[in-house]
Amino acid sequence: MIDLIKQYWQPFLWGSPNHISGLAMTLWLTVISCAIGFVLALPAAVGRVTGPSWVRWPIRIYTFVFRGTPLYVQLLIIYSGIYSLDMVRNTPGISSFFRDALNCTILAFTLNTCAYTTELLAGAVRATPRGEVEAARSLGLAGVSLYRRIILPSALRRALPAYSNEVILMLHATSLASAATVSDILKVARDANADYYLPFVAFGIAAVLYAAICFMLIWLFRKAEQKWLMHLSPSQ
Amino acid sequence: MKKSLGLLSLVFFLLHSVAAAKDWKVIRFGVDASYAPFESKSPSGDLVGFDIDLGKALCAKLGAKCVWVENDFDGMIPALQARKIDGVLSSMAVTEKRKRQIDFTDLLFVTPTRMVAKTGSNLQPTPESLKGKTVGVEQGTVQEIYAKTYWEPKGVNLVSYQNQDQVYADLRSGRLDASLQDEVQAQKGFLSTPQGQGFAFAGPEVEDNEILGTGAAIGLRKSDQDLRNALNQALKEIRQDGTYQALEKKYFDFDITPK
Repeated sequence: MIDLIKQYWQPFLWGSPNHISGLAMTLWLTVISCAIGFVLALPAAVGRVTGPSWVRWPIRIYTFVFRGTPLYVQLLIIYSGIYSLDMVRNTPGISSFFRDALNCTILAFTLNTCAYTTELLAGAVRATPRGEVEAARSLGLAGVSLYRRIILPSALRRALPAYSNEVILMLHATSLASAATVSDILKVARDANADYYLPFVAFGIAAVLYAAICFMLIWLFRKAEQKWLMHLSPSQ
Repeated sequence: MKKSLGLLSLVFFLLHSVAAAKDWKVIRFGVDASYAPFESKSPSGDLVGFDIDLGKALCAKLGAKCVWVENDFDGMIPALQARKIDGVLSSMAVTEKRKRQIDFTDLLFVTPTRMVAKTGSNLQPTPESLKGKTVGVEQGTVQEIYAKTYWEPKGVNLVSYQNQDQVYADLRSGRLDASLQDEVQAQKGFLSTPQGQGFAFAGPEVEDNEILGTGAAIGLRKSDQDLRNALNQALKEIRQDGTYQALEKKYFDFDITPK
């Protein structure tokens, strides 16, 4: 057990400069896919609620497809499926993008979390009290400034607790990355197990690392809720 | 009354199996049936392959009953040490690292390691030739450890896959420049199939006794020396009476007997 930890602590935490692995890779996958996913989900959610039908329907179909199929299948289609098409391989820019396993993984994770976040934010936008919108209109706010100043700030606050769940689920979902050869925590755990035949220790370390990230995320979101949802806390 | 009868028969059953295990009337072999032609499943669900036939021949010589226990390859050694099985008969290569954990019988067969690449690629299984290239291996195999030890530090990109089929898929799609695996498996499972068109062995067999091992044998607990001696004796006998050679001919068109 000591030997396993001695040999694998570095791959478990960050790997080497030219081969990032373990905790660092899992964090990177979670952060980048949630960040891009959130930025894309914001306009998509507004379009899903208020856009004309040619905007609403494509978004609806997109979220239906990505919420209706397992992430594992999406990852395999993007990683193995798309790159096996001659059309993709023969287009220089697209080919070099899909050749890289990490690009494929981040693309799959981003599209998946973006679909869930879109629906989550759309629900929060829909739940905006009528009175708030009417009050804003009476003050002359309309269009973009209505959304920027009134609807989105209150919708994002409402969505915060649900969004923290989505981020934690996304963290757990990154353990699928090893199916596309990306060296995340689980991949290193499998390596260590195959090397030392100590499954309890190898997978136990992986579980501890995931739990540690999870606690850190929960703490961060609690801080965020204290800041932005202060009006909901019991009065002192 | 009924209950106590059931209990009694359970006690007898347990006593029986303990006694049987001691003088090796029953030998439980662990097998991972995913590695044709050595061990795989027929469409009807039966275990088939060279190792399976070999195990049956050995049990026949010993007058013992073979019981096959299916297990994932990376869980074999823990299962052996937890006494869930008595031997690992699943193309397990004899390596120094495994020898520290378990004991092995004499070699059953030799399976060289060899690289596969596009026909005419001129790649050689050396770090100099592969520098900057991408090589695929299956996770948990001795080939992975070999490439990690000797190739990756010298600038070869190494990619590990969960199973060998994914390695071949990415070799075909062009993500990989080459793949490193068991020569027999590559020949039977890839190169001689329609998918393997346009690919060939690249360079000679890779030799390395320390990591790749000298060949495959039955893995046993270190405490079971009596079983080891019995199996070695039986192996010698089936080689002398021609049973081994007949099985070899059934599965392979070349010699896999250890030198």
